[in-house]
Amino acid sequence: MLTALLRRLAQTLFVLFGISVLVFLVFFATPGADPTARIAGKNASPETMEKVRHEYGFDRPLPVQYATMMKKLFITRDLTSYVDRGEPVVPEIVMAAPVTLSLAAGGAAIWVIASVTMGTVAAAFRGTLIDRGLMILGLIGISLPVFWLGQVANLVTQARYHDTWMFSWVPGLGYIPFSESPTGWFRALIIPWIVLAVLFTGIYGRVLRADLVAASGEDFMRTARAKGLSPARVLLVHGLRTSMITFVSLFGLDFAQLIGGGALLTEVVFGLQGVGRLTYQALSNLDLPLIMASVMYSAVFVVLANAVVDVIYVFLDPRVRDA
Amino acid sequence: MVIKTGSSAVSGVAAGPWRTAGQALVRNRPAMSALAILLLVTFACIMAPFYAHDIAHTDPFTSNVAGSFSLNGQNVDIMQPNDNPLHLGLSPAGPTWHPSAYFLGADSQGRDVAARLLYGGRNSLLISFSAALLCIGMAALVGVLSGFFGGVVDMVLSRLMDIMWAVPVYLFAISLSIVTISQGLKIGPFTVESDNLLIPIVIIALVYVPYAARPVRGRVMTLRNAEFVMAARSLGVPRWRILLVDILPNISATLVVLAPLLTALALLAESALSFLSIGVQAPAASWGTIIQDGEGLIYTRPMVAIAPGLAIVTVVLTLNILGDGLRDALDVRETSRKGS
Repeated sequence: MLTALLRRLAQTLFVLFGISVLVFLVFFATPGADPTARIAGKNASPETMEKVRHEYGFDRPLPVQYATMMKKLFITRDLTSYVDRGEPVVPEIVMAAPVTLSLAAGGAAIWVIASVTMGTVAAAFRGTLIDRGLMILGLIGISLPVFWLGQVANLVTQARYHDTWMFSWVPGLGYIPFSESPTGWFRALIIPWIVLAVLFTGIYGRVLRADLVAASGEDFMRTARAKGLSPARVLLVHGLRTSMITFVSLFGLDFAQLIGGGALLTEVVFGLQGVGRLTYQALSNLDLPLIMASVMYSAVFVVLANAVVDVIYVFLDPRVRDA
Repeated sequence: MVIKTGSSAVSGVAAGPWRTAGQALVRNRPAMSALAILLLVTFACIMAPFYAHDIAHTDPFTSNVAGSFSLNGQNVDIMQPNDNPLHLGLSPAGPTWHPSAYFLGADSQGRDVAARLLYGGRNSLLISFSAALLCIGMAALVGVLSGFFGGVVDMVLSRLMDIMWAVPVYLFAISLSIVTISQGLKIGPFTVESDNLLIPIVIIALVYVPYAARPVRGRVMTLRNAEFVMAARSLGVPRWRILLVDILPNISATLVVLAPLLTALALLAESALSFLSIGVQAPAASWGTIIQDGEGLIYTRPMVAIAPGLAIVTVVLTLNILGDGLRDALDVRETSRKGS
């Protein structure tokens, strides 16, 4: 058991190392991404180029550049942006994190409640019109491009129906910190939450229904029915519990990706300055230190979630533990 | 004594698995309707030049802000004064709902949105179909190699997939796109211009490989220990032959089911990249770039952004329904996860 956990930890560290090398190579070693040209400007003289190259250490060997950057990012934490000269990048991520965290947490709360309801109701009414209708709704949810749904939501809540009683409470686009005004925070985020949750509600509702239907054929479900439990109890207590295993492991990975910047499109459309949008801006300016910092930040979350899900799995399913 | 083999005595040759699946699919009415809609949309997009040239009489790739068009015998300016009391500023013409002239209105450069929608669909569909095919090819390769050979090969490939998996899909695709789109790509003697559709195709295919390779690997690992493979091995059949004759036909159902689902994911990814202007490059269009064009007009001329969005939803929905139908017909368990 302990060796399994240790091996898992070693794998995790290895994956993180791999990601940092991959990102570094993509942005330093590919022909299109010479950072010197970016910093010095398009028509810089060869002397300026040379000066910039030396000043930023681009003339040193790649492994040395890599090690320097990692040291500045993780140990001294004084890595500075290439685009906004001298601006440290770690505080920028620290400032963006609560926005993304608020967005992901609220969205997750909505999609968990909505998809559990949807999956359970559909499974309870299996084969009826209710089941089919819910599954089609889920399929539509999966098929909506999130940035487009966000735009349509903006059109409805910010313009077309903004002056009516329905949406007059929606503030302008942007984030309102919870510490500043809890109700403002909620009102600013509720529409982004719903837009973000639509896709996941579709996926999770469908997965849960499929698992519930599969579980209903199992022996223990028949036993539960045979000993006279009500159908509702059989479905909610016995069926739902086993069917949540897939749900939980999916949730761990998706939630980690969202916290790690996966909600980028939602953040862009709703003008929320979160980690995803920050990463996107860093990428568009090819601001390498900021890219490195934000990608590593997101990778840490995703890799940790992967490891946590694996460990939970070991506890949930003894067969995995013994293998 | 004569032993009759097979079922030939009863009703000729028994139907093979593909034929059974095909019949099941044909009986599946939602899947067939989805396929029909998909073919219809594809056909409409292929006919884009015909629509632009012979019906709408416009050039959807050049800006036309000073022009006008005739509607019901009247001459209408493409750029019209705004509705506000002082008539400040100009807005492009709204939808006429008349197929011969600016059916869906004009975008901010005075171009016909309906014609651009059809041209954009060609790029969107081409990119997503090709990316899905390429992705399946690569995933099959990775999945078969790591599932069949195991050991070091499996470890290296699986860790590589883990690394790719740990970066949010869209962030990964965006990183690769920005690097390649900004200056094109030079690999040895080959130069790929930044407006080449190969760039989004390869990038999208690449980022979804881990998603598709995982179920393939799992399937191959199960097959490797199956009795008929064991039998072939004990008969001394060479490994490459086992791979070709025993393994590949048995993972083909998994691959076929993945195809429409991956195409749907690829279409969503393409539209996202193009929306962020790092996919299809101007003046060429895709559904994503048109949504991007419509972003600035969303409050005045929402149809510019709504129409391509509806097109994406329609195609992705039909692909998902088709994927469900194929999965049921081929009896493959849920294989793929969606990206965020």
